[in-house]
Amino acid sequence: MAERTSTFQTDTEPDRDDRITRSRRELYRERLDLFVLTPLRVIWSDWRTRVGSLIILAWVFLGTVGYWLVSEPFPGDGPRMDPAFQSLEFPLGTTIRGESVFALVVQATPAMLIMITAGAVFSVAIATLVGTVSGYKGGRVDRALTVVTDIAMTIPGLPLIILLAALIEPTHPVTVGIVLTINAWAGLARAIRSQVLTLRDHSYVEASRIMGVPTRRIVVDDILPNIMPYVLVNFVQSARGVIFGSVALYYLGVLPFSNENWGVMLNDAYDSFGVFTSWETAHWILAPMFAVVTLSFGLILFAQGTERLFNPRIRARHAETIDEDSMESHR
Amino acid sequence: MSRYLLKRLSMAAFTLYAVMTITFVMIQSIPGGPEDYIRAQLMQSRGDGSISMAQVSQLAERSMNIDPTDPMHVQYVEYMSNMLQGDLGESLHFAAPVDEIIVQAMPWTLFLLSIATLLTFSAGIVLGAIMAYLEGSRFDVGTTVVSMFLNSIPYYIFALLAIALLAYDWGLFPASGHHPTGAEPALSASYFIDVVHHATLPILSLVITGLGGVALTMRGNAIQVIGEDYIRVANLRGVPGRQIATRYVGRNALLPMYTSLMISIGFMFGGAVVLEEIFAYEGIGWYLLEAVNARDYPLMMGSFLIITLAVIVFILIADLTYSKIDPRVEQEDSREAY
Repeated sequence: MAERTSTFQTDTEPDRDDRITRSRRELYRERLDLFVLTPLRVIWSDWRTRVGSLIILAWVFLGTVGYWLVSEPFPGDGPRMDPAFQSLEFPLGTTIRGESVFALVVQATPAMLIMITAGAVFSVAIATLVGTVSGYKGGRVDRALTVVTDIAMTIPGLPLIILLAALIEPTHPVTVGIVLTINAWAGLARAIRSQVLTLRDHSYVEASRIMGVPTRRIVVDDILPNIMPYVLVNFVQSARGVIFGSVALYYLGVLPFSNENWGVMLNDAYDSFGVFTSWETAHWILAPMFAVVTLSFGLILFAQGTERLFNPRIRARHAETIDEDSMESHR
Repeated sequence: MSRYLLKRLSMAAFTLYAVMTITFVMIQSIPGGPEDYIRAQLMQSRGDGSISMAQVSQLAERSMNIDPTDPMHVQYVEYMSNMLQGDLGESLHFAAPVDEIIVQAMPWTLFLLSIATLLTFSAGIVLGAIMAYLEGSRFDVGTTVVSMFLNSIPYYIFALLAIALLAYDWGLFPASGHHPTGAEPALSASYFIDVVHHATLPILSLVITGLGGVALTMRGNAIQVIGEDYIRVANLRGVPGRQIATRYVGRNALLPMYTSLMISIGFMFGGAVVLEEIFAYEGIGWYLLEAVNARDYPLMMGSFLIITLAVIVFILIADLTYSKIDPRVEQEDSREAY
């Protein structure tokens, strides 16, 4: 009996139990397939998610293994303002102080990845909590949460973040990430709420309710799995928000320069030469720009691809319209 | 309508009240508190350490509407009532009342952002609709990739590149300021052209990098609507294609963009801070950042409050126009459930 598991398992009915149980290994294999392999297959089937995840993985690789392999850049490591793509030692050239530009870019990656994760986890967690509770509960709870959400959504993010940054001067990447997404959750919470509003009247949710399943369990078992894909897409969106915000605030010098960041590099390069005036100095300012754009391009590709793959409604309609269009063009 | 209008107006007022409270809390949480800040300011300007408590509270009262000798709740009431009367305190850095600075800076920001928001959304919506109609074509695939790419460029990076190429290299546009130095504001055509010329690059930075996202959302919505049954019925009934595109598809695809419009209004006003700094465009965002760098708290809170007020007004306008397009929102009321 210990090998068996079932949702209907009761010790008094062994016969019935036998018929509907599977071995634990079978169950694990099924779970692995459902939760790990299928999403991976789905991700690989669309070119956008494929390219997107490759770009993201490349940055994660640079931020972990690369960070560990590339030695910390110091002034005077090499010649001053060595142009890019000239030597293997300084693949992206050097700064005015002779630091390797490539090493600087890599140096900034781990902190950026931590920031992104912290910010995205924070905003998505709050948004999911607020969105599902207010959508499912309705009534007074909903009205109160909607007021809070509306206020948070109205306050312009960047000025609020700048004020907060000036007041608390966050230095740890996790704190920076959370400050940067301080009101980013609001838009997502609102979107989740409207999703939940339609979900809560579905027959299976109603069935759970009539069976007397506690609200908490209904939200976790019946509602959350349905909005998870959507949440994932928005996780990526807020990650992009963190990149844009952090680079901007480091560039402006609003955040204290305690972390290496592409924004710090931009600031440094800009202060030394202004916007690049000649191609000999361009690599220093272009390298961090390239880093920001590629990483967010990867994230956007990933989000765009998953959005369509996970939303069966769009997918079904999509297939339908292609057929219709081609039929029309043949006519 | 009137009940809905009342509801939206009271929501806007409540938001403003909440933001004012937030600024009050922020002033109280200045490292060392408002007193230390004023004392440091006084010491800087006088150069000696002998400052009486009376002087501190007097200056604090004038610049921040806060008298640190009062109990907290009195400070709060005092602060709020002064703010409501339009007294935003006095900037120590610029040695001028905050409201005066704001009054001359705000029109520039509003000019920049209202045009940018309008252009981003109209261009993005039209482009997205065309993409959805030509779905699967080479044009659609191409513009989708370009839109995604543009969406991954931060507006400030585009701005830096635009300055480098369009302003310095080719000399097409001025790189900074909102009008030529020395030019007197006048109601003449040449002055107006100058102002537009100066605003082109900042507006372009917001529009080019923002339009891709709008287009992609619109495309997704429109594709979904095109697959609906009522569109098929309309087609079978022989409704002209043009009418289907605008009345049926266009309108229904636009409705879900409402939330994203609200978010982007806030986003664009936030972006003004970075953009105005890069272009040295002396709008409200530029002053906010000057205030942050000079640790000029009254001006900081004042400009933050005004930027938020602008967003509140814009969202209110969007709200009211939206309820004209979609009458359902007026009845939207959450019923008590489970």
